[in-house]
Amino acid sequence: MQENQRFTWPHKDLLDVSQLTVEEANHLLDTAEQFHEINQRPVKKVPTLKGKSVILFFAEASTRTKTSFDVAGKRLSADTFALTKSGSSLTKGESLKDTALTLQAMNPDVIVIRHWSSGAAQYLAERLDCAIVNAGDGWHAHPTQALLDAFSLRQHWGRDFSGKTLLILGDILHSRVARSNVILLNKLGAKVRVCAPRTLQPAGLNDWPVTVYTNLNEAVQGVDAVMCLRLQLERQQAGLLPDLSEYATTYCLTARHLAMAAPGALVMHPGPMNRGLEIASDIADCAESLVLTQVASGVAVRMAILYLHATRKDGGSK
Amino acid sequence: MSSILIIQNAEYLGETVDIVVRDGKIDSVGPKADATEGAEVFDAAGLKVFPSFIDCHVHLREPGFEYKEDINSGLRCAAHGGFGAVMAMANTKPVNDTAAVTKTMLAKAKATWPHGPRLYPVGAATVGLEGKELAPMAELAAAGCAAISNDGRPVGGAEMFRRCMEYAHTYGLIVIDHCEDPTLAKETHMNEGATSGRIGVKGQSVVAESMQAARDILLSEYLDIPVHLAHISCKQSVELIRWAKQRGVRVTAETCPHYLLIDDRELENYSPMAKVNPPLRTPADVEAMREALKDGTIDILVTDHAPHAEHEKECTLDEAPNGISGMDSAVALTWTLVTDGLISEADFIKRWCHEPARIFNLPANNFEKGAPADFFLFDPEERWVLTPEAMQSKGKNTPFLGRMLKGRVKAHWLGGVKVV
Repeated sequence: MQENQRFTWPHKDLLDVSQLTVEEANHLLDTAEQFHEINQRPVKKVPTLKGKSVILFFAEASTRTKTSFDVAGKRLSADTFALTKSGSSLTKGESLKDTALTLQAMNPDVIVIRHWSSGAAQYLAERLDCAIVNAGDGWHAHPTQALLDAFSLRQHWGRDFSGKTLLILGDILHSRVARSNVILLNKLGAKVRVCAPRTLQPAGLNDWPVTVYTNLNEAVQGVDAVMCLRLQLERQQAGLLPDLSEYATTYCLTARHLAMAAPGALVMHPGPMNRGLEIASDIADCAESLVLTQVASGVAVRMAILYLHATRKDGGSK
Repeated sequence: MSSILIIQNAEYLGETVDIVVRDGKIDSVGPKADATEGAEVFDAAGLKVFPSFIDCHVHLREPGFEYKEDINSGLRCAAHGGFGAVMAMANTKPVNDTAAVTKTMLAKAKATWPHGPRLYPVGAATVGLEGKELAPMAELAAAGCAAISNDGRPVGGAEMFRRCMEYAHTYGLIVIDHCEDPTLAKETHMNEGATSGRIGVKGQSVVAESMQAARDILLSEYLDIPVHLAHISCKQSVELIRWAKQRGVRVTAETCPHYLLIDDRELENYSPMAKVNPPLRTPADVEAMREALKDGTIDILVTDHAPHAEHEKECTLDEAPNGISGMDSAVALTWTLVTDGLISEADFIKRWCHEPARIFNLPANNFEKGAPADFFLFDPEERWVLTPEAMQSKGKNTPFLGRMLKGRVKAHWLGGVKVV
């Protein structure tokens, strides 16, 4: 940790990867490397954040992100407190502001928030003194997912992603994962393609630093990795898709598609997966699949995020 | 004995004038008034005089939402903002779809501001704004409604909208339409475009507005009945209106200061203060709106004054209600259109006063002898910051909060009575 302590983390909050410089992103991922090593030990707990409080405020359902942050916090010896919408006063009509002020009064060091509204993390960050970590806000951003995805890719590609091409496949319109990954992967030097039917593409997509496809056969040609996105099944009811089986026929990543990619192309999915709909089951489990690597990376990356934000005041400027 | 008021040295359309008011009515407007014993004299040197403006599109929230605004506070805001008359939309609670509601509103206005600003209620087009049954427009007209509109809950069905136009026309009322296709606009929180796509917010396409504008134009031409299009916001709509006017269709249109001055980048930081419906559009749309105001495609300026309580905007973007509280700042904001050289001072007065009166058949105000002495004095040079304390409206919800404005209403007379 000697080197890390010389780097003053400049951010009070982590709202999206757009706020990070390449140097900062790499520093965060380097820090995660060290925590990743800790996670391989027989005893996985260190006293780094002993006495620090982390509130996990998940107003929207989550299994892996919430658990990942909880494990990350506990491995650093922080006290973690989980709050869900059903267990909070949000169900009684309390505003986000009042919930936030209530949490603030308990003087936590970090609040990790997931919320259905785009901008909710920023809303808290502007009003609270403690660090706010965005664990997913609406369709906007999921910076910790993007960072763990980059961390997973770094293990195969190294620190420099230049010369690599990654395809993000599926529901781009509603995906905070896609928005954050497009920003971060471009920063790290990769070329990014996206592929989705027009009904699942956001307005202005052609202005993003991506190449846009609607045809998966064309999109997957020669790519070094494919990142599948989860399709929310209610999109069919919303009139965005005619039929889930038609979607699967056209956009489900299969061995046939992967054969068109670069040799050894990696496969990713943020989970939870709809097997057979957005990714073929055998591809989800294939040797090139990073799905479980992503989960493991998630703990290390979130340890780094909690560490950098919970100790920031101790390390220097606010 | 008659009362006499003399406003000296005011500037009106480039000329220095004195205005003599006798018993609440204009007696003369000329280069120099003779001194009259016993007259009240007001020196307006350095100030411009404008006939009181008319805001044809406001939400005064009473009855039902007095915590946001009430008729008293709304008219106070109007008076301070330079407005001598306002047309209040029907989306109150209960909805203004009966004579009882209309008369209650008028009685409250008379009781709180007997000399004005005058209130002209706008009756609902359909019962409860539900879009299913025609509202009793004969009753609403007789009670004092100046126009008909479902603003707030637009009429989606073309057949129903046609019947609204026809029936309203029977009673000499014009329909004001909030052009919005309810299916395309469903659950949207800002303009659909590069910004909404990037920040992950469900956007409303310009087509949601322009498609209904096209519908209204085609119906107006087919039925040969005038229609007025509310708070137009985008390039596509003004192109359709321009085309319609060239064909002689009896369509008129309004826009608001915010569609002429700011764009959807105001929402980059998810600011609920900039959330309005129709949404703030792109810079290209703003440019098109300015051009349309300049060439007369847009007939009038309105505020769409939509006050909300502080706690209602103190939330995330998608949970916030639509609306900007506009009457306090409208004149100063739109004065920049004159100082920028987009429109002349005469056009400024026309868009805020003469054309609204013409479209809605309200009393005209041309400073003619015998007309009610309704005018305000305006300092075109005063710089002031729009703060909550500086606002007369209960609603402090505006994206212009904290901005330096240039030009301010200094005094206002209605029927010769000083109300500000």
